[in-house]
Parts: sequence; C-alpha cells; structure tokens
Amino acid sequence: MSETAEATKDVAKEPKEPLFSAKNKRLLSDPLNDDNPITIQVLGICSALAITVQVKQAFVMSLSVLFVMIGANLIVSWMRNLIPGRVRIIVQLVIVAALVILVDQVLKAFLYDVSKQLSVFVGLIITNCIIMGRLEAFALGNKAWPSFLDAVGNAAGYGWILIAVAVAREFFGSGKLWGVQLIPDAFYEFGYMNNGLMILPPMALITVGIIIWVQRSKNTKLIEEN
Amino acid sequence: MSNPIYKFLEEKVKPNFEEGGKLEKFYPAYDALETFMFVPGHTTPKVGSHIRDGIDMKRTMIMVVLAMIPALLFGIWNTGYQHFLALGETSTFWENVGYGALKVLPIVVVSYAAGLAVEFIFAIINKHQVNEGFLVSGMLIPLCLPVEIPLWMVAVATIFAVVIGKEVFGGTGMNILNVALTARAFLFFAYPTWMSGDKVWIGGGTDEAVAMADGSTGATLLAQATEKSSGFVNAAGAEYGNTFMDAFLGFIPGSIGETSVLAILIGAAILLITGIGSWKIMLSAVLGGYVMGLIFNAFAVNPFMEVPAHEHLVFGGFAFGVVFMATDPVTASQTGTGKYIYGFLIGLLAIMIRVFNPAYPEGVMLAILFMNVMAPLIDHYVIRTNVNRRKKRTAAVAA
Repeated sequence: MSETAEATKDVAKEPKEPLFSAKNKRLLSDPLNDDNPITIQVLGICSALAITVQVKQAFVMSLSVLFVMIGANLIVSWMRNLIPGRVRIIVQLVIVAALVILVDQVLKAFLYDVSKQLSVFVGLIITNCIIMGRLEAFALGNKAWPSFLDAVGNAAGYGWILIAVAVAREFFGSGKLWGVQLIPDAFYEFGYMNNGLMILPPMALITVGIIIWVQRSKNTKLIEEN
Repeated sequence: MSNPIYKFLEEKVKPNFEEGGKLEKFYPAYDALETFMFVPGHTTPKVGSHIRDGIDMKRTMIMVVLAMIPALLFGIWNTGYQHFLALGETSTFWENVGYGALKVLPIVVVSYAAGLAVEFIFAIINKHQVNEGFLVSGMLIPLCLPVEIPLWMVAVATIFAVVIGKEVFGGTGMNILNVALTARAFLFFAYPTWMSGDKVWIGGGTDEAVAMADGSTGATLLAQATEKSSGFVNAAGAEYGNTFMDAFLGFIPGSIGETSVLAILIGAAILLITGIGSWKIMLSAVLGGYVMGLIFNAFAVNPFMEVPAHEHLVFGGFAFGVVFMATDPVTASQTGTGKYIYGFLIGLLAIMIRVFNPAYPEGVMLAILFMNVMAPLIDHYVIRTNVNRRKKRTAAVAA
C-alpha cells in the first residue's frame, strides 16, 4: 500500500490542500477502475455472488455498504490517534457492527421486503473485506476528508460492479430490470426462455470474470508481464 | 503412394496452388483440406534431431469425427423411428432417415456455425491460426442433446462453451473442461425443461399430436428405471416393452447419439485401433461403473439400486460419455496410472450420481466434468509418487 503511505505524508506536510486536489480526486476515481475492490483486489466477492440476482437488492446493498463505509471510515479516522494499535481490529469491528445494526434496523423498518431478500447478507457487511481493508489501509492513517473520499470511491467501485452484474443476471435470468418485465411476452410465445443458470451463483462468478476480462484487456496498465 | 485419388491431387491439383501456380494465394486453404485426409508431406528433416510424425492435430480430430459417424447415422435413423413409433404409425427405413435428418442436421449445422464463428473471431483478434479443436466439439454437442432442443439454445450454449470453456483458458489444448460437456451442462442448468422430462427425447414430442398419441413411452429408460428394479422389467415382473438388446442396439428414446451402444462401440474400435482414444480410460471407466452397480445391488434399499449392474452400462449416456468425452486428451489425466484412476472414478461417480440423485439423471456428464477438474491433481500425485519412489531407490542403492 505504497500509495496510502504517500497520501499520508502529503496530507501531513501541506494541511491546506484544496478539497479536490489531484490526489483527492484519485481517491475517488481509482477504486472505480484501476484499483477496483471487486475486480482488481478481488474482495467482497461473497456478497457480489449472493445478492446480484435482482438489481433492486444489489442497489440497496450498495447503498448500505456506502453508508457503513463512510461512517466507519470517518469514525475510525477521527479516532485514529486514540485507538491503541494492539486492539484496533476489535475497535474497528465494534464500529462497523454498530453501523451495520443501524442499517439493518432501518431496512427492516422501511424496506421490509428487500430486507427479507437480503437476509443474512446485511449482517455479513460486518465481515465485508473491503470495509475492513479500507479501515486498516487508509482510515487508520489519514485525516477525515481523504478518508471520506476513499470510502465513497471504494463503495462506488463496489456498487457499480454489483449493479452491473445484477443488471446482466436479472435481464437474462428473469427478463426484468428492477422488477419490471422488459422482454415482451411475444418473445416468450415465440420460444424465448429465461436462462435458469443466470439465477444460480456460478453465473455471477462468470459474469464478474467477464467484467475482469474486458477491464483488463481495455486497461493496458493492468496487463501483467509474463 | 499408390492411391489414385492422392496421385490425382498430387499431380494435377497441387501444382496450381504451389509457388508460381494459378491459385498460389490459396495454398493455406489447399493445405488445410489436403491434410484432412492424407498424411502431411513434410517428413523428418535430414539435419536436426526432430522426428516428425504425420499424425498432427487435424488428423487426430478428424479420426474422432469419423468415429462418431456411426452414432450420428444411427441417431438420425432412431429419431425418425421413435417419432413414428410414438405416433403409432408404421414407417419405412427412408421415412425414418428423412424425418431424422430434418431434425438432427440443423442442430449439427447450428453447432458448427456458432462454434466456428467464435473460433474465427478469436483467431482474428489473437492473430492465431484457426484451430481444428472445434471439429470434434461441434459434432459432440448435437450428439449429446435431446432432439427437440430449440436451435437458438444450441447456438447460445455452443458460444458459451467455446468462449467460457475454451477461449478464456487460451484456446484449443488449454481448456480445463470438456467443451461439449460444458455446452450440455449450460443447457441442463439454464433450460432444464428442454433437457429433461419425457417429451424432449422424441422428435415432435412437444407437439400436441404426438403427446396425445404417445402413451407412456416418452420417458428415457433412466427415468423409468427409477421406479422399477430393472429398466426392462416392471415391479410386477412383466416386460415393459424395451429389452436389454433394444438398449444395446439403441431402439430407445434418448439424446441423439447416445442410444446405440453398438454404434458407439464401432466408434470406440476406430479410436482404439488408431490409438487416439485411451483404452486405459475406457476400460477403467466401464469397470468403475460396473463395480458401483454391483455395490448398489449388494446394498439395495430402493428399486433403482436393484437395477442390475450390466444394465447401467447401456442406459443413458454412459457409453457415449466414456468413449468420446472421458477420453478427450486435453482434459483427461496425462499419466498412465492417472488414466486408470481418472477413468475408474468417472464410472463410479456417474453411476453414483445417477442412482442417488434422480434429479440429475445424467450423472455421466457431471462425473466427467468433475473429474476434468480433478485430473491435474491426480497427475500431480502420480508424478510425486513416482519421484518419491525413485528417490527411495537411489537412497537405497547409495546406502
């Protein structure tokens, strides 16, 4: 994580950096493509496979992760000089868990159906590697504003992959998007059928794989020498 | 070469394509077609230590395709036969063949067209030669599908199998999974209604007329066997209509190429005589299936487990999978001992899946795909064992 160390140094050196300096902008844009948490770092795969059957679930999940990530990154960043190094994982867990419980309760109160469908995966945000990874690698060593941007960037990087996979799976698996049927009935009468494999988790893995494939062949920086 | 056709090609046709000939530009095309059937002309060079064998990939592949021809021809005839049988009409040999050809050949054409299109696109993008690897897969895919499968599904599955099963791993020779079985597994999980049940196996079986005329014979023997202690004899001991001989010769409903064990055995003989298919895999797979069948017979608690072990070998796609798919040289084990283990476990698992989980009647497909994944592991341990044995030997000699 040499980038992180660099960022830390710079922030320490010049405290009056503009809000959207080039460095801060990269905190937002890198996770969307070059340093995407799912396709490049291959974190958070579990939830990407589990809740991408429908776009609605994926969207709510992305929002939940965005909220938890911003909250946790900010709190940890504010507390970073108070947390003793030896117990930092426990402290981070408590913060994340508290935020996840908050999200879970809100979902249960206002979006009961979606909450039902997401079931255990809301609770599993606690163990989402992306969140712990960002806390450890970034928030513990950076001020609040860069930490906030980092959280937004990574949550968005996670979210767009999730939604892209969900769009492919819901469209080909159920012929719908956001619960609205898009493939006309005439197609079905003509012999078209929904692809049952798309609903099954293996196809989510293959869809993520295809995204990684396209991304790596487009983005020359990511092509490894061999 | 005394062959007159070869002589004609060599003396009259070939000069046109060689340097200075009229059709010089098309030499690669001529070469590609010539080497389909004849030993390539290049031989071991005078200088250098390479020994060049005439049996290149193209000739290997075309031999496998030839080996599948009996199964294909029988499949075409049987498609017509089953159709008219279900309708309750009598039909002549040529009526059967005509109906079957109309049903089967489009599937073959679609499979080849879709697969080769993908191969060409990838060859152009990657600047490779077009490989012959798809010749076999393109023929295997139709043979392992039910005859009523919609053509667009065949195309989708073929494209999926070639891209995800083969090209992402680096093309012909690099794939982990058998391409044809990847296509079949894709269809099996994506469109289960078209890959199982008792209507899709008979030509026209999904039409109302046939469904009405058809009494109870639509189910494959595998489906019937789940309810009886034998595929041929029902619980009361009465003959069900099909005999062991029917299943062996192939007068039963099923996937296009899988029904006739006899036609498959002809193919197996071609593969074995030419040395292309591994007899180790075939033998051990049959043994594995038979042993598993015997074990089930010994501890039978339900009718399916009582099905005699030898009947398992003629049901469903067992013979077809063992002969044409398990022996795929790319995805099978490479070591000699490994081939025995690989084949034996395919037979064992195929019968086990078939009997324990009637929801997946075609256990052979899943067994082969599973063992495809395991093959490198088997090879790894076979090689390790050999290395360790030799180390011990040298240690003993030195001591």
